[in-house]
Amino acid sequence: MTAAGADPGAAIATTLGPTGSRKAAGGRRRKLTVDYVTFMVVFLGLPLAIFLIFVIWPFAQAVFYSLTDWSGFSPNMEIIGIDNYIRLFNDDIFMTALWNNVLLAVVVPLITIVLSLILATMVTVGGPSHGPIRGLRNSSFYRVVSFFPYVIPAIIIGILWSQIYTPGGLLNGILGLVGIDMFESFPWLGDERTAMGATIFVIVWSFVGFYMVLFVAAIKGVPAETYEAARIDGAGRLRTALSITIPLIRDNIQTAYIYLGIMALDAFVYMQALNPGGGPNNSTLVMSQQLFRTAFNKGEFGQASAMGVVLAIVTLIFAAIVFIVNRITGGKEEEGRS
Amino acid sequence: MTATRSITTSGSTRRTPKPAFTRKPKNTPGDKAVGAFSHTVLVIWSLIVILPLVWTLMTSFKTTKEIFASPFSLPANWNFDNYVSAWTQEGIGNYFLNTVIVVGFALVIVMILGAMCAYVLARFKFFGSRAIYYLMLAGLTFPVFLAIVPLFFVLRNIGLLNTLPGLILTYVAFALPFTVFFLYSFFKGLPDEIAEAAAIDGAGEWRTFFQVMLPMAKPGMASVAIFNFLGLWNQFLLPVALNTDKSNYVLSQGMASFASSAGYAVDFGALFAAVIITIVPVLIAYVIFQRQLQGSVSQGTMK
Repeated sequence: MTAAGADPGAAIATTLGPTGSRKAAGGRRRKLTVDYVTFMVVFLGLPLAIFLIFVIWPFAQAVFYSLTDWSGFSPNMEIIGIDNYIRLFNDDIFMTALWNNVLLAVVVPLITIVLSLILATMVTVGGPSHGPIRGLRNSSFYRVVSFFPYVIPAIIIGILWSQIYTPGGLLNGILGLVGIDMFESFPWLGDERTAMGATIFVIVWSFVGFYMVLFVAAIKGVPAETYEAARIDGAGRLRTALSITIPLIRDNIQTAYIYLGIMALDAFVYMQALNPGGGPNNSTLVMSQQLFRTAFNKGEFGQASAMGVVLAIVTLIFAAIVFIVNRITGGKEEEGRS
Repeated sequence: MTATRSITTSGSTRRTPKPAFTRKPKNTPGDKAVGAFSHTVLVIWSLIVILPLVWTLMTSFKTTKEIFASPFSLPANWNFDNYVSAWTQEGIGNYFLNTVIVVGFALVIVMILGAMCAYVLARFKFFGSRAIYYLMLAGLTFPVFLAIVPLFFVLRNIGLLNTLPGLILTYVAFALPFTVFFLYSFFKGLPDEIAEAAAIDGAGEWRTFFQVMLPMAKPGMASVAIFNFLGLWNQFLLPVALNTDKSNYVLSQGMASFASSAGYAVDFGALFAAVIITIVPVLIAYVIFQRQLQGSVSQGTMK
């Protein structure tokens, strides 16, 4: 049961741990023949060149630009040190965006993972308490349907839900049908109190299915005997879920948490679709939106690069916190490196 | 709990064979309650997923006036007017074509380059291979947003800003780390003996890769390709920042500009039709291939 990557985030999590060195490399010394040299140049050189030019080089430049007052289109720029960063932390709007991001990174993974774990548990081990450990009937139907949102582009999900949330949209229609009239023509995304909650729900909606499938796979990797033993020992369903399932798939949960957190620290697509302007009173503004606006609308590229650096640092801190918390709560020494 | 776990270390079969002499036990009331409860929860979640989609489908046949009248009323005429105007007037057809071109080329290129790079990193020992591996890791960890501003100027300097080839190259570069990482462990797991046998039979490095190793990596390639496809099809930030020429728009950014264009003068019927046009091809592909896809997810989680 490794947490190796089925999605970008999973890969991130895996590689942050020392996975790569598990097996001895099969390499042996080779002679420098023409075949070998052309092979290495094409196989390694070409991908690496693209990667360096379009990924690593811009990253490095961004760090440099963040120390300048560059406006992008004039050739002259001055190195102004950490002034951009000082300005950022005195900028109320950016700090609002930063806190919104932090809020998202804490809340979105939590809700998504709890919900998808519950659904995955029901699907896999929610069956009768006699005979072989099994899930519910027709469980594959639920799995297939729950996964739908994952194959819909995020921007479309955002557009779809912004239509559902409009005052005359589906949500208020349904609430009216079941007799709740207090929300008649209520603008879910246009009210400071509900805009963030509504946004969080959309993000959760789009990811629960994917993580449900991921956790279903992880739970199926747990030997059935474990569950049988727990049952013989008299453990109830809740007890089994808390003491057997969660400890045994905690690496997957960690992976999911990191991936969802990184996604929530970006969140650009969802925010841009649901509330392009940052929401009422900036209540759903996130750093990425502010960065985009600063760079491409205001032309303050130095300042925008500083925002990018802050975003990257926050992301790394977040990943570190998840790892540390998992370690403190006993993840690693109990499991070993699995 | 430690005690329970020690029992389980042997064996990993999911279903234990039932001994022949057991009676068929009845479901206890508790089982029934839990089962009913679980089904209820799952059905509710399924409805939360499906209802918005069904509603969108229905709304896509309504005129803008009907949409504003009531969210539930059925369309008066079931015709494809909205679809036609979305496809032609709103340029969704053009965006769709651009997306197919960009995602198609980027996917093929990144799969080939990614497989080659992962193969070399996984199976050859040379100076700096670890460094390259960790560099890829960095590319995977940092947010794309950090790179977006300089990337804009990199593309402008080489004259590929606002062009489809520029977008394809960027897609390839940003999908590369994930591809390499996933395939790295895959190539590492392939047995050495086969590569050696190929070498003894006189195959060079090129032939060994294309005729022996690559075919063996097919299952891994399929999984990565699926995830890369979804990732690239969904890509939003890169095109929005780097591809601002409207005739080169891809679907995701075209939809965003359509949805926000002119604020209130949007043809909502056509908007819903465009949403359906965007969703349906991938959704159909998903339903057909869902076994493989879910297999890929599980393959990634358990080794």
